[in-house]
Amino acid sequence: MSDTHAQTVRFVRESMLPEQEPPLAESGVLKWVRENLFSGWLNILLTVLSLAFIWFVLSHLLPWFLNSVWSAGSLSECREIRDEVFGPDASSACFAVITDRWHQLVFGFYPPEFYWRPIVALLLFLAAMAPVLFAGIPRKALWFSAAAPFLIYFVLWGGTIWGPLAVALGFVVGYATFVGLSRFNALLATLGAIVVPILYWLFVAGPLAGALASVLPIGLTFVPSDDFGGFQLSFIIGMAGILLSLPLGILLALGRQSNLFIINKTSVAFIEIIRGVPLIVWLFTASLLLNYFLPPGTNFDLMLRVIIMVTLFASAYIAEVVRGGLAALPKGQYEAADALGLDYWRSMRLIILPQALKISIPGIVNTFIGLFKDTTLVVFIGLLDPIGLSNAIRASTEWNGIYWELFVFIGLMFFICCFSMSRYSIYLENKLQREHR
Amino acid sequence: MTDAAPATPLETQREIDRSHMTVSDEVAIQISGMNKWYGSFHVLRDINLTVYRGERIVICGPSGSGKSTLIRCLNRLEEHQQGEIVVDGTELSNDLKNIDKIRSEVGMVFQHFNLFPHLTILENCTLAPIWVRKVPKKEAEETAMHFLEKVKIPEQAHKYPGQLSGGQQQRVAIARSLCMRPRIMLFDEPTSALDPEMIAEVLDTMIELAEEGMTMLCVTHEMGFARKVANRVIFMDQGQIVEQNEPEEFFNNPQSDRTKLFLSQILGH
Ligand SMILES: Nc1ncnc2c1ncn2[C@@H]1O[C@H](COP(=O)(O)OP(=O)(O)O)[C@@H](O)[C@H]1O
Ligand SMILES: [Mg+2]
Repeated sequence: MSDTHAQTVRFVRESMLPEQEPPLAESGVLKWVRENLFSGWLNILLTVLSLAFIWFVLSHLLPWFLNSVWSAGSLSECREIRDEVFGPDASSACFAVITDRWHQLVFGFYPPEFYWRPIVALLLFLAAMAPVLFAGIPRKALWFSAAAPFLIYFVLWGGTIWGPLAVALGFVVGYATFVGLSRFNALLATLGAIVVPILYWLFVAGPLAGALASVLPIGLTFVPSDDFGGFQLSFIIGMAGILLSLPLGILLALGRQSNLFIINKTSVAFIEIIRGVPLIVWLFTASLLLNYFLPPGTNFDLMLRVIIMVTLFASAYIAEVVRGGLAALPKGQYEAADALGLDYWRSMRLIILPQALKISIPGIVNTFIGLFKDTTLVVFIGLLDPIGLSNAIRASTEWNGIYWELFVFIGLMFFICCFSMSRYSIYLENKLQREHR
Repeated sequence: MTDAAPATPLETQREIDRSHMTVSDEVAIQISGMNKWYGSFHVLRDINLTVYRGERIVICGPSGSGKSTLIRCLNRLEEHQQGEIVVDGTELSNDLKNIDKIRSEVGMVFQHFNLFPHLTILENCTLAPIWVRKVPKKEAEETAMHFLEKVKIPEQAHKYPGQLSGGQQQRVAIARSLCMRPRIMLFDEPTSALDPEMIAEVLDTMIELAEEGMTMLCVTHEMGFARKVANRVIFMDQGQIVEQNEPEEFFNNPQSDRTKLFLSQILGH
């Protein structure tokens, strides 16, 4: 190499010097700090102000956390321990209330000897969700997901196992009706698949379960809905609402897009009315008014009513989010599906919805997170969610006067759930992004 | 087309095998007294057209003359208000069964390809055979690979449409239609959204299709293609069929002034 240059260039480096570390001021943290935090007068001012603010917040919060008391029987006991250990003026959190009452915040008034049941239910729920959320799991596992709602109901509420089984049988009845009638007429089959199971649930399921239970009494101790509370209650209402509102919201969005006058107008009216009234009003409606409409003597579980209301409320929002996704698709996608001879439902299921839902993921998850947090509103109709229980705990003589520690704990539980949903949504978006481009 | 664009006539340099390009006297499409309005706008006026099996028809005309609307009426992407359209012996009416039947017999290729971006090339091609024709998945995949080979992109089968060039996407769109084994193919300006160097590869695919005797209705401004492949050229203006003739006659001896004007604009300079 050097020969060629030897005649024209006076000096040619024969061997390369090893690369050197850049000077300290040009690398790493120092460089970053200088460039990002102290690059100009305004920047320096903002940095100093921010540091002052962070210092202000931390100097108040940190001692409170660091001096926390984790085991005491009451608030006054907490205060005594603080006076002894940290001095009477020290700020100190009394997390002893959580150690003392966490089971109530989590399980409500569920009988303590049965705490394993909500835990099993949670595990069942996670196992059932896994194949829905992650494509890597064999598709056969979806059968378990389909059966899981009945299993979970049975584990949580108990009673005879024949009840949930009889209800599940209704879906089989509906499917059989559909297959049987679709030989004659598609419309008749659809109607039959709706009407026959409803009749079955109203008139056959109850007696059938009763009869089977008297022949073969298998079951768990029954736990009434009144005993449900705490985070368990929020989680059940929230997750049921989320899982039910997605399909309903999609149907409403399709309905709103439909050319069929009645379906279109019904969907629009439903969405606008549900959305136009605050959730709390619907919850009061659920707790008070429904009793007037339902035939006297029907004992319609309050929790179930709340789940229905929350579902309807969220589905109106989901419908609007999905409608945005549908509208964002180029018209060519609909036309290509039509031109290939796909019928409406197939083109929706195979072509339109996968794309529209992908676009709508952030909005859908946003709605889910909102719904999940809104379940705390049930405290106003007398259900004991974590907020309701925190009031109850504060009403006891031991813990009278405690606020922040309970709210920190409740907030943390909600945060974990909502943050997981948010992360999952990002994971899903990235995955779909990678797959489709 | 300007003289400075030698990319297009690639297809014209090739000898075309006409042995299968026979026109039978069996009617494939019969349009009689057809009218269509968009609101008060009369977009198609008194269209009468008979297409025989094996015919290759090129439809041309100025933008907005209703060419797209006409061929979209043939598979009911648009609804006509008056007159009668019979495709493959089935009349197009509001009967959904008839519409689905016709759509599965008639393939359509769009200007903007309209591939399904969330499915792989192979899935794009097998979707309709599996769900509409109820072909077993394995068989559908074999058919799809056969047609992907025919349009010369079998190696792209497992990619997504977004990873392909425009010309490749359009060839996939043609393969996707062919997988349904249609008896009639409709093309709506299949090359207008393509860069010049990709036009030839798509036209080549279409020529091969014509050589096999496919009945084709093709909206295009590729006059080289029309001359070589079409056995009839139709000129539309303001919603009417103004003139139709064999390509040689049509280009060398246009009858109406509107046709002359159009041809001078599109060929001239
Ligand atoms: N959906 C529609 N609603 C109203 N007018 C339309 C619609 N689609 C097309 N048109 C009008 O109909 C005329 C014919 O359109 P088109 O068939 O797309 O023309 P071409 O394909 O010949 O360019 C144009 O004037 C266009 O503006
Ligand atoms: Mg057009």
